[in-house]
Amino acid sequence: MEYKAEEVLKPVGKIFGALKLPHRKNTAEIETVKLPLPKVVTIPLKQNIGAECEPLVKAGDKVLVGTKIGDSDKPFSVPVHSSVSGTVKEIIEIFGVAGDTTRAVVIESDGEMAEEDFTPPVINTAEDLVKAARDSGLVGLGGAGFPTHIKLAPAANDSIDTLIVNGAECEPYITSDYRTCIEHFNDVIDGVYLLKEKLGLKKVVIAVEDNKPEAIKKLYEIATDKRDEDNTVRIMRLTSRYPQGAEKVLVYTTTKRKIPFGKLPADVGCLVMNITSIAVLNKYVRTGKPLVAKLLTVDGDAVRQPKNVLVPIGTPISDVLDFCSTEEAVSKILYGGPMMGVAVTSDSAVITKQNNAVLAFKGDNAVSTTPCIRCGKCAAACPMSLTPAAVETAVNLNLNQKLAKLNVNYCIECGSCSFTCPAGRPLTQTMRTAKGILRREKNAK
Amino acid sequence: MRNNLTVSSSPHIHSGVTSQSIMLDVIIALLPAAVYGVFIFGWRAAVLIAVCVASAVLSEFLWNKALKKPNSLGDLTAVVTGLLLALNLPSSLPVWMAALGSAIAIIVVKQMFGGLGHNFANPAITARIVLMVSFPAAMTKFFEPFSMTVSSATPLAGGAEYTLRELFFGMHAGTIGETSVVMLVIGGLYLVMRRVISPIIPVSFIGTVFVFSWVLGANPIQAIFSGGLLLGAIFMATDYVTSPTFNWGKLIFGIGCGIITVVIRQFASLPEGVSYSILVMNLLVPHINSLTMPKPFGWEADKK
Repeated sequence: MEYKAEEVLKPVGKIFGALKLPHRKNTAEIETVKLPLPKVVTIPLKQNIGAECEPLVKAGDKVLVGTKIGDSDKPFSVPVHSSVSGTVKEIIEIFGVAGDTTRAVVIESDGEMAEEDFTPPVINTAEDLVKAARDSGLVGLGGAGFPTHIKLAPAANDSIDTLIVNGAECEPYITSDYRTCIEHFNDVIDGVYLLKEKLGLKKVVIAVEDNKPEAIKKLYEIATDKRDEDNTVRIMRLTSRYPQGAEKVLVYTTTKRKIPFGKLPADVGCLVMNITSIAVLNKYVRTGKPLVAKLLTVDGDAVRQPKNVLVPIGTPISDVLDFCSTEEAVSKILYGGPMMGVAVTSDSAVITKQNNAVLAFKGDNAVSTTPCIRCGKCAAACPMSLTPAAVETAVNLNLNQKLAKLNVNYCIECGSCSFTCPAGRPLTQTMRTAKGILRREKNAK
Repeated sequence: MRNNLTVSSSPHIHSGVTSQSIMLDVIIALLPAAVYGVFIFGWRAAVLIAVCVASAVLSEFLWNKALKKPNSLGDLTAVVTGLLLALNLPSSLPVWMAALGSAIAIIVVKQMFGGLGHNFANPAITARIVLMVSFPAAMTKFFEPFSMTVSSATPLAGGAEYTLRELFFGMHAGTIGETSVVMLVIGGLYLVMRRVISPIIPVSFIGTVFVFSWVLGANPIQAIFSGGLLLGAIFMATDYVTSPTFNWGKLIFGIGCGIITVVIRQFASLPEGVSYSILVMNLLVPHINSLTMPKPFGWEADKK
């Protein structure tokens, strides 16, 4: 087979920077299995960056799979759908992963999984596609949960020329994007051409790290598809370095465009979409069935049977961990990957749309903290060229004016500095603290 | 129900490279030169190395005890300082002077300025300079290889020409660890390969000495392969705490060290300038850092 495009990219930035992480992609070649139906699901009404939905159901209502149970007319909102069929028990207040509170709809499953009567949407114009993205309940599935229809909106008025498909999956352990790519390949390929044609994009770049050769091989089919008449779809094989999948880094490696501070990819004419988001969007356009279940990687040293699991949204983490025969003596449960994932307080936390992994670890993995030896490894590893060690000093000495000069707000919290710090200092946490200080100062003014 | 979970800020994994493992790498990298030094200069060299390390470790231990600070010997930095100092001493030096040197390095240069990470000058270099100024005769009394006879000349002082082979295998008078080019380069390559140090400082330092010596009419090969240049450039100028953080800064630092070294060697009344050049550049590090701090990614577009 002759490849139309193959580009090996060097790691971004400096030779001494960009991190080589352990891959630990233990679940890469394990076929996805369905989680046995949970008895109760708790579906949060806010699962994205933006506004919380208003509940559309009340206790006692019967719902089906795909029934819209929450929506809002605020611009940054995405509707929420029921992931099971059954009866609404109550609407409660729960803690979101970020520590904020949100209302959630508790639904008792009747075990039937009876579905709504779905009708595929008719997509003629870019506006139709933007509307479909919202109706599907889609948010950025790479982890941030940015509403997809907001992301697509600028493309409808021609300010975007390039679609970047993010299949980097640079976090250790996680293989859910990879499995999606293998198992739902038709949705990926059709999704790419759907976006390209309906949004009138001039160029498509599909970026995958080179630790996924099978996915890359398959993706070449997209670039050699007959729909690519004008030869504008490119596959980019990224060197496996962290954080290749970070939006700003990815836009730069694929297009050499730099996203200015505080701006979005759309401001430099790019639309970055996670590979799974594209598959989900295409599935909605094909079937009319909204996002109600998520493919998750379940792994970590406390998980005896690591696997990829298809989980209804709102399922408690405990159900997922039990299914993968996880040990009881767990010391840490992560929602997401080990570099940017959030540690949850209890396994009663629920799976949401943008969740792509649940990791469970045992034992004490904390690194002991010793004095900073000024080795500069944090600065060398920073994809944004910041100096976390200097920020730490400024925070400790209450030099708040200096924080702005050290550009702490550029930090993308990728975790590279803490990962690499030989003194085991919690630098990423300090960067967050520093951002908080600046935010408070700004609000006080 | 799995509760009692650790809730901490991301990231949740670590590279496994710690200050201790880095210092262990430095010790491993210094071993070829140290063992070779003992081979050339005999048991006295071994005694001095042992005394310097022991004195450094003891000084750190006593300081922590006296100030009720947690024990910090585990980070191995005291061992590195003691070992580095020993390799910078002539094998003829009285044992008590060596012990004093280590104590000065740890207590005066390192701990009095706040301990690990806060000293502005390299402890081993500064201690060597203190000994040099205090005991100039003892500090310049070098033994010939494989004998206990005092040498009249080193490659830098005395004017003799040495063959490349003699320089490579350190067959000339000098301090315990500075003479063998081969052993020092092996250690340096190990550190670069293990990513403990960046090659920028050693290469720019040595390169500057080569070019500048040549320009001034000295034998450039002998200039870079003699005296304490390789030991200083590879192991002392690359000390994390007292060298610049950013790559451009490292380049400035290396070139600066090279220029000062040659100026001292050629124009001052001292035979060797490596220690002084590193000390002077150490003092400039905060300024070099603030000059060379990189702009954040996406900055240009931001200011438009």
